[in-house]
Amino acid sequence: MSQVAVPTPPVERGQVEAKAGRVKKRMTSRIASMIALVIAVLWTIPTFGLFLSSFREPDLIESTGWWTLFQNPGFSLQNYQEVLLSGSSSAPQLGEYFINSLFIAIPATLFPLALAAMAAYAFAWIKFRGSSTLFVLVFALQIVPLQLALIPLLQMTVTFLHPVMRSISDVIPIIPDQQYLPVWIAHTIFALPLATFLLHNFISEIPRDVIEAARVDGAGHGQIFLKVVLPLAMPALASVAIFQFLWVWNDLLVALVFSSGTPDTAPLTQRLAELAGSRGQSWARLTAGAFVSLVVPLIVFFSLQRYFVRGLLAGSAKG
Amino acid sequence: MTSLDLMGKALQFATGIVAFVAVFGLILFFLDRSAKGRKDFIQLALFLGPAMLLLAIGLIYPAVRTSFMAFTGRTGEFVGMDNFVWMFTQPLALITLWNTVLWVLLVPAISTAVGLVYAVLIDKSRGEKYFKMLVFMPMAISFVGASIIWRFMYAYRSPAQEQYGLVNQIIVWLGGVPQQILQNSPWNTFALIVVMIWIQTGFAMVVMSAAIKGVPAEQHEAAELDGASPVQRFFNVTIPGIKGSIVVVVTTITIATLKVFDIVRTMTAGNFDTSVVANEMYTQAFRAGEPGRGAALALILFLMVTPIVVYNIRVLRKQREIR
Repeated sequence: MSQVAVPTPPVERGQVEAKAGRVKKRMTSRIASMIALVIAVLWTIPTFGLFLSSFREPDLIESTGWWTLFQNPGFSLQNYQEVLLSGSSSAPQLGEYFINSLFIAIPATLFPLALAAMAAYAFAWIKFRGSSTLFVLVFALQIVPLQLALIPLLQMTVTFLHPVMRSISDVIPIIPDQQYLPVWIAHTIFALPLATFLLHNFISEIPRDVIEAARVDGAGHGQIFLKVVLPLAMPALASVAIFQFLWVWNDLLVALVFSSGTPDTAPLTQRLAELAGSRGQSWARLTAGAFVSLVVPLIVFFSLQRYFVRGLLAGSAKG
Repeated sequence: MTSLDLMGKALQFATGIVAFVAVFGLILFFLDRSAKGRKDFIQLALFLGPAMLLLAIGLIYPAVRTSFMAFTGRTGEFVGMDNFVWMFTQPLALITLWNTVLWVLLVPAISTAVGLVYAVLIDKSRGEKYFKMLVFMPMAISFVGASIIWRFMYAYRSPAQEQYGLVNQIIVWLGGVPQQILQNSPWNTFALIVVMIWIQTGFAMVVMSAAIKGVPAEQHEAAELDGASPVQRFFNVTIPGIKGSIVVVVTTITIATLKVFDIVRTMTAGNFDTSVVANEMYTQAFRAGEPGRGAALALILFLMVTPIVVYNIRVLRKQREIR
């Protein structure tokens, strides 16, 4: 504005000022965009570097930086082949662990979701004495970090669950005596307080008329729950399910404590942590391995973003 | 993996699902067919029973037992306050506590600040959606995956060789000597904290972004007419307008930070003076054969988390009431 030294008629001055203001605004917005871009790049580079490296030839990964890609070209799918398909006993054999992750995460999502939905329905639509006290208790259990339950729960698993698993294995020999069962149960228990609370928020807000109408038609609680409440609660169920699935898929602590740690039951995270921790770690394996474990969460993230964000915001204090 | 192994696993999976669906179906079947007289009680028991039983056996009882365990030694004998004395006097245990304090001071503050600034900068800009996606993505990744990503960033090679870890390469470009970033105490703890900040910033940004859009546009216009610069408007209009959300974000990230385990476990396993309470709890209870000390650490974790969770819930409630 100081450049406008010549006195000008008021109307024009107004225009000039507006123009100067616009220039200034564009300047600030350009600086803002620059800073935002820098942050975005900073936040993306670590993942990008690992992703790029996972497709480089193994000996190149550990001799040159991935940013020297053009000076040292050389791409291959060898790393992925090695971590997924190689059968040698020293190889990561991630295919097996990938299946474990899937076979752990699906039941460990379904079980608590169903149990929590039923409990939420009871708290919302069945009148009984002490209902609100009990609900507050369940709600309050969220403050218990799972660390506080781990040791006794593991002892109980060894005392009660291991004999059961052994006899299952005796009856059906192709099922090993190391099974998913303890991991499923542990995840189910730890998910219940939050899932019950979140689903209750939603289920209790279903209009009373809808429930009453079904009751007048002669439906009992079982039918109302199955045919009225569950379909109406789908968006909430989806959010909680996605959150819980990712939580289980990404979990390390519960897996370390309750899985056998062997290829029988250990999930991807546990295997990767093991590979990263072992002496003489190989980045050819780790880069590709990390991406094998990231594929599923990233697919969920990009395809179900709306539910993902909602579920994450609701459950971010879990654990 | 042999096909027999795979069959065994698939069978377990299928049996688990089928058994669960069968139980679930049976419960619903009996719900509407229970005897008339005691119908209400039976219905309630069927609906609530399974979840309440699991919580009582799997969470409440173990939590109470752990609390007692905190006062016992290696073989379960009563040792009074010994485990807590150990925690607050042994140099290694003290480092663990101090590191936890450091994490809690730095992670929530920096993630929230960066997340907020970023949310303001990209607000209503072209491609806002994609800008958000880039910073939010680490939130989808497991802590283990994030740790591997950052270990690669921190990778070290002797100065004579070409670096392949980006951080050390930048140090070299700036004329420095490559460092064993994850082993040099006390700086290694900061290197781990960076990972948590990297993950949590996306969460802060998404919540902040939603809150900013809730600040009335008239307030901004009025401030603009009064000649307030964008920076002034940020401090005098935006921040007061989203105070509630800032509190929620800071407390939520604080809780997550107090419980951080995977990052420390995967990056250093708590070696080189980087341990935190949640990691030490695991190490003591499941690796060192000291369940008493592990239980004591879990109890301390519980005591640290509780007030923040309660506060967080109260703020959330108040916000919901206002809306």
